[in-house]
Amino acid sequence: MSAVIDSHGHAHGHDHHHGPRGGIMRWVTTTNHKDIGTLYLWFSFIMFSIGGLMAVGIRLELFSPGLQFIDPDFFNQLTTMHGLIMVFGAIMPVFVGFANWQIPMMIGAPDMAFARLNNWSFWLLPFAATLLVLSFFMPGGAPGVGWTMYAPLTVQMGIGMDLTIFAVHILGMSSILGSINIITTILNMRAPGMTLMRMPLFVWTWLITAYLLVATMPVLAGAVTMTLTDRHFGTTFFNAAGGGDPVLYQHIFWFFGHPEVYIIALPGFGVISQVIPAFSRKPLFGYASMVYATSAIAIISFIVWAHHMYTVGMPVTGQLFFMYATMLVAVPTGVKVFNWVATMWKGSLSFETPMLFALGFLFMFTLGGFTGLVLSIVPVDIQLHDTYYVVAHFHYVMVAGALFAAFSGIYFWIPKWTGRMYDEKLGQIHFWLTLVFFNMIFFVQHFLGLAGMPRRIPDYALMFETWNAISSIGAFGMGLAQLLFLYIVVKCIRSGEPAPQQPWEGADSLEWTHLPTPAPYHTFETPPVLK
Amino acid sequence: MTLREENLRLSRRLAIVALGMFGFGFALVPFYDQICAALGVNSIVKRSEAPRNTQIDASRTVTIELDANAHDLPWRFRPLVNHLTVHPGELATVEYEIVNLRGAPVTGQAVPSYGPQRAGEYFQKLECFCFTQQTLAPGETRRMPVVFVIDPGLPKDVNTIAVSYTFFEVAGRGGKS
Repeated sequence: MSAVIDSHGHAHGHDHHHGPRGGIMRWVTTTNHKDIGTLYLWFSFIMFSIGGLMAVGIRLELFSPGLQFIDPDFFNQLTTMHGLIMVFGAIMPVFVGFANWQIPMMIGAPDMAFARLNNWSFWLLPFAATLLVLSFFMPGGAPGVGWTMYAPLTVQMGIGMDLTIFAVHILGMSSILGSINIITTILNMRAPGMTLMRMPLFVWTWLITAYLLVATMPVLAGAVTMTLTDRHFGTTFFNAAGGGDPVLYQHIFWFFGHPEVYIIALPGFGVISQVIPAFSRKPLFGYASMVYATSAIAIISFIVWAHHMYTVGMPVTGQLFFMYATMLVAVPTGVKVFNWVATMWKGSLSFETPMLFALGFLFMFTLGGFTGLVLSIVPVDIQLHDTYYVVAHFHYVMVAGALFAAFSGIYFWIPKWTGRMYDEKLGQIHFWLTLVFFNMIFFVQHFLGLAGMPRRIPDYALMFETWNAISSIGAFGMGLAQLLFLYIVVKCIRSGEPAPQQPWEGADSLEWTHLPTPAPYHTFETPPVLK
Repeated sequence: MTLREENLRLSRRLAIVALGMFGFGFALVPFYDQICAALGVNSIVKRSEAPRNTQIDASRTVTIELDANAHDLPWRFRPLVNHLTVHPGELATVEYEIVNLRGAPVTGQAVPSYGPQRAGEYFQKLECFCFTQQTLAPGETRRMPVVFVIDPGLPKDVNTIAVSYTFFEVAGRGGKS
């Protein structure tokens, strides 16, 4: 039963009546975790392209001072939608795609626990994405309130805001259903002998991420529901005139928003924890401490939210509490970085593309972690709040952290998924282009922020011109480099060299050791035997 | 118990957690009010405590500049004097006038702000129309006082305090047209 799947979704040579059906209906009605994983990955790439185009628009306007291409209203809409689309449309679905493809194969399960629910979790997403994009064409345009959707601005926006609120509801629903599915799969469907503490770390990080999603996405749904009733039904949750408080919105939002940061980061940690041991040809250093560190990060993430809002006028006691709690996050994160470095120590390293992205992650993410530590200090944060320093900080952890981890994972697993190798030389060129242009965009934004350039404003003082021009050139380069990535993936699917079962000699999880390449359409219908 | 039953049981529990967290988001609303009351923040439309028997600091005078705005509201809202001079610790009264220009009853809430901002905590209001929502009949004119004391602890470099009230319409009440 070897069903080789090409890029058009047709199946060749299936000698098994359970093979995928042909045509578009295969993708609409599929309940196969691998198909759904593929759908998530392609959806994520499309949203990544749309969000990336918006970023290029933002940088185009900021290339030189003054207003050239985009009026301020549209600029605000672009920054808002860029954030929402990248967070909810690109980064979260790419890791759900990994989860769908990899978790059943890594724990020796035949599929996800609720296969039809899985189909529905995915197919909610295109509708949400359509609502988000449609909001641009509504009277008043898309909301220009920033991706955080702070009250009271949200109450003043046009109908595009309502579309965005419904989109967030649907995205939240999709995430919650997907998470319930993932938790149930991991807890109930592991192969005999696959104890919790023998699971690959990628599975562990997803288990913890899924719990975070179940606990926090409903809170976001509550926050946007309150916004909706404030807008249309005469409630005054966030309206000071009716006894409400706009600052309350920020508390509720960030109660979701900070765990959300780790929802984005943790699956990336999981990918890196698979890739670094494989290319160091050594088992992961400190497996148990990695599990505990991941759990600790997840728990602490619930008590640090107000560090996003030091400037709202909270009492000093509150600021101190949130400052110390935030600094505490550095401890388990430090454990993880230490373990990754210790895994490489005295390993026999090789530097194929997945490892390059993993190392890029390690350096850049740690840098982003350090600037996060700087921002956790209240008096410093009050200076840097809402400047480009913050923009630089979170792009180091979101792009060089989560996105690099996603690239690393795609290059790592694409031989198993497609049965073909990607072009190693082009992959390495993609890495170096991405790394250089990424730093060109965002490293200089640290200087802009320290010099006081505020974020989310389409114009700036003349003294910021040079760094902004450099940053914008970097953005154009980074955008073009991602076209190379698309080319590499398409080329791999169509005409890559056939890949062996274990293309990476150091990789030791079940999908490499027990399954042929490409992974058959159905795997582990009888559970594997683990020694 | 079969695997399917176990899966369904676990998923039901997780769905209950998700529903509970949705409720938790709403539970944060009263919780936040309680925290703010306990910590004494967010009290700009609350009555200040009656002043302790402090000396009037006749050596200093502070100019109070009054400003009044109606935000998206068909009200004419103005103070009867534009500014006055008081000594810290001295009880003072100013009057405001609002006229409802709409042919329907309207409810509004006034929210004060201060310049410089840190002067706010020294501007102690004993009586203010901002303590409650105001409902005006069509065409009604109303005069309302603000009774206040400037806390003598006001930093020495503050000689002028701008007090600005803005009335916001309370939507859904008092006949929004």
